[in-house]
Amino acid sequence: MNVLYGLLEPDDGEIIIDGSPRTFANPREAMAAGIGMVHQHFMLVDVFTVTENLMLGREGGPVLNPGAARKRVQELSSRYGMPVEPDALVEDLPVGVQQRVEILKALANDARFLVFDEPTAVLTPQEIDDLMRVMQSLRDEGKGIVFITHKLREVRAIADRITVMRRGAIVGQAQPHSSEADLAELMVGRAVDLRVGKAPAHPAGTRLAVRDLRVANSAGGIVVDGLSFDVAGGEILCVAGVQGNGQSELADALLGNIAPLSGEILMDGVSLAKASPHATITAGMGFVPEDRETDGFVASFSIAENLILNRSTDAEFATGLALNWGAIRDNAEARKEEFDIRAQSVSDPISSLSGGNKQKVILARELSRPLAVLVASQPTRGVDVGAIEFLHKRIVAERDQGTAVLLVSTELDEVEALADRVLVMYRGTLVGIVPPDTPREVLGLMMAGVPFEEATKVEAATPTKEDFHG
Amino acid sequence: MAEAATSQVWRERGRTAAITAGSIVLALLAGAVLMVVSDPDVITQYAYLFTAPALPLGATWAKVSNAYGALLLGAIGSPNALAETAWQAAPLICAGLGVGLGFRAGLFNIGAQGQAIWGSIAAAYLGFTLHLPPVIHVIVAVIGGLIAGAIWGGIVGFLKARTGAHEVIVTIMLNYVALQALSWLLSTPAFLRPGRVDPIAPVIAETAAFPILFRQLNVGFFVALAAAGAVWWLLDRSTLGFAIRAVGANPAAAGTAGMNVPNVTIITMALSGLLCGLAGVQYALGPGADLVATPLSIGLVGTVGFDAITVALLGRSKPLGTVFAGLLFGGLHAGGLAMQSIAQTPLTLSTVLQALIVLFVAAPALVGALLPKVKAPATTSLVGGEA
Repeated sequence: MNVLYGLLEPDDGEIIIDGSPRTFANPREAMAAGIGMVHQHFMLVDVFTVTENLMLGREGGPVLNPGAARKRVQELSSRYGMPVEPDALVEDLPVGVQQRVEILKALANDARFLVFDEPTAVLTPQEIDDLMRVMQSLRDEGKGIVFITHKLREVRAIADRITVMRRGAIVGQAQPHSSEADLAELMVGRAVDLRVGKAPAHPAGTRLAVRDLRVANSAGGIVVDGLSFDVAGGEILCVAGVQGNGQSELADALLGNIAPLSGEILMDGVSLAKASPHATITAGMGFVPEDRETDGFVASFSIAENLILNRSTDAEFATGLALNWGAIRDNAEARKEEFDIRAQSVSDPISSLSGGNKQKVILARELSRPLAVLVASQPTRGVDVGAIEFLHKRIVAERDQGTAVLLVSTELDEVEALADRVLVMYRGTLVGIVPPDTPREVLGLMMAGVPFEEATKVEAATPTKEDFHG
Repeated sequence: MAEAATSQVWRERGRTAAITAGSIVLALLAGAVLMVVSDPDVITQYAYLFTAPALPLGATWAKVSNAYGALLLGAIGSPNALAETAWQAAPLICAGLGVGLGFRAGLFNIGAQGQAIWGSIAAAYLGFTLHLPPVIHVIVAVIGGLIAGAIWGGIVGFLKARTGAHEVIVTIMLNYVALQALSWLLSTPAFLRPGRVDPIAPVIAETAAFPILFRQLNVGFFVALAAAGAVWWLLDRSTLGFAIRAVGANPAAAGTAGMNVPNVTIITMALSGLLCGLAGVQYALGPGADLVATPLSIGLVGTVGFDAITVALLGRSKPLGTVFAGLLFGGLHAGGLAMQSIAQTPLTLSTVLQALIVLFVAAPALVGALLPKVKAPATTSLVGGEA
């Protein structure tokens, strides 16, 4: 997609628009050819207004003309049914509205083709509905839309044609009425069981207790505000919520990466509120970080080295200062076998693996020692469907060994598949803890901050709408 | 790496080696061009380039082959030349190891100069004030120099880890402080040679000097090789080295894995300073050109701290690479002296060659473009860390 938008140069092949081959050296040329891109991470200037963001890159001479730009915002937003306040600062807008600004930006450049790169990751289910409607109206206006996603449900709801890619190559075409299982099979190349075979949980005593936890982010804003919950051994508590509602900071505080402002974290009765990551790991916390590439592994290190990244000083792998390379290699071979890590050799750098196999390395590292608590954030983000199946099974197996599992996920599919209980977080506070069979619409409203009782009432009162996500 | 490398890893290593070799070739070519254009006698011959091409080309060949022949002769042409090369290389290797170790932890230690100065001050002071039996004296002086360098480097690590001060700025400033401290110390009675008023310290006791083995080749060279072995063991075989490499390559992942990133920073800077201090010790306790240890003075350590950066870059922060890089630059320096006296080519040319080699190594794509057979490696990190 970056090639299409002129951010990367193709090694080979061509892009054909209206019958003529085109190459783009930079995004400006791509825009001129009518290609607009809605990035997964918004390319907006936070401290600018909506109008100013729309003017960016198309200032039209040395003198700015905010009046005309403002009119253009209003015109476009009413035409495509995307209400936006032209004078609002982008940083004050909810994520869903910021995304609308991204779309408007592309439209303002007279884009005829719009590329959406994983646009739903940051949205609540209701916002996803809105986005789908916008995409439909864009299509009806004659725009071509490329919608990149790994969520099968969304694909089936919106697509007119489906192209399946695997490892950079097109592996097949599908019709929107194909079943999810068929699509998954195309994506993975073999039949996939989308359901997780999960026995009912047998929760034992509380292993992780969090009391009145308050955490600030690096900018000083309170992002976890008075959170209290318990996780029992042998159960999976899913933390659901739209991205950026304090889940990342909650996980970091549990590990000890950020010190909480106040509150208590107890693991098997031992306080970890002031512990360092080293102390919490040694005490038996497994941790799967949200951002695998940044926090999960060292890209230039070998698979074997990454498999002991947080255990390099354990007696198993080191005698005094000296590393025991024999034991490290044996461990790597055993984990490679056990977790089905697809690699030529354990001494290859981990950067040579696919996303799913990288995640297997991380999970193999965390699950290869006795754990009291497993904190896993977005364990299957950007992972192919085949590996998701495997990772989910391993997490459930860990639960069944009596570990308390706290799973942070923004994907309701994953929450539904794995959770024994669901904790919904909104702006750092707890909206409620509900059973996993709670209807998606109710969960969606809760993720927007509506308490459970109210959400069930609202949901019962509204007639069923077009079903994109349930 | 202790594990058996796969073909993929070996291919990368082969490309890296090809880039280094290509850089040396290109630097020599560029050096040849410089020699020709700076020599009026050869340039005038080029007036006959189209009428009698043998004249300018012959003159060029004579000039270049003469100079590089002398360079080679002076670097490795005789046992004396080899001894000179090893002698020149020893401090470069030590300081290069120090700078390279910093690189591996993602730290740009520009302060090798200051750390080497302190190493030389401490070693020289212990060398001329104490009166100890032969072997013990030299060991005490070496340890003193190591500690002085480690403290000077450790200060930087501490400031970075505790206050967030950037190590590049702090080390540059501390270089000035070390130099001025040396010049002040040399004016104090403790360091002033009796009966002298100019800033030069007393000659160190013979018991504190590195024993000479052959001509200028002395124990110091083998100390440098031992240091390289120790750094290799530290990086590839020890838990601390594992942490240093992890912090250098990805501090976020290292922190998430429970490693104490600030402590690793402090320890690495102290060890880096220790190795640079050892370079200073080499100057203070090793024999000079006259085969007697040179007394402490302002310019004793030369520019070893800055040369060390180029050595570490060429050696790609790997201990074995650093040894070869140190030997290469030591050879260039030793050979440069011969080139100056035999071929009347200025010594500065060897400095230019040194700079050009590193410049080409730092731009692998350029080498790949100029020498089509050489393919640039996929990973172009010179420093091994994220420095």
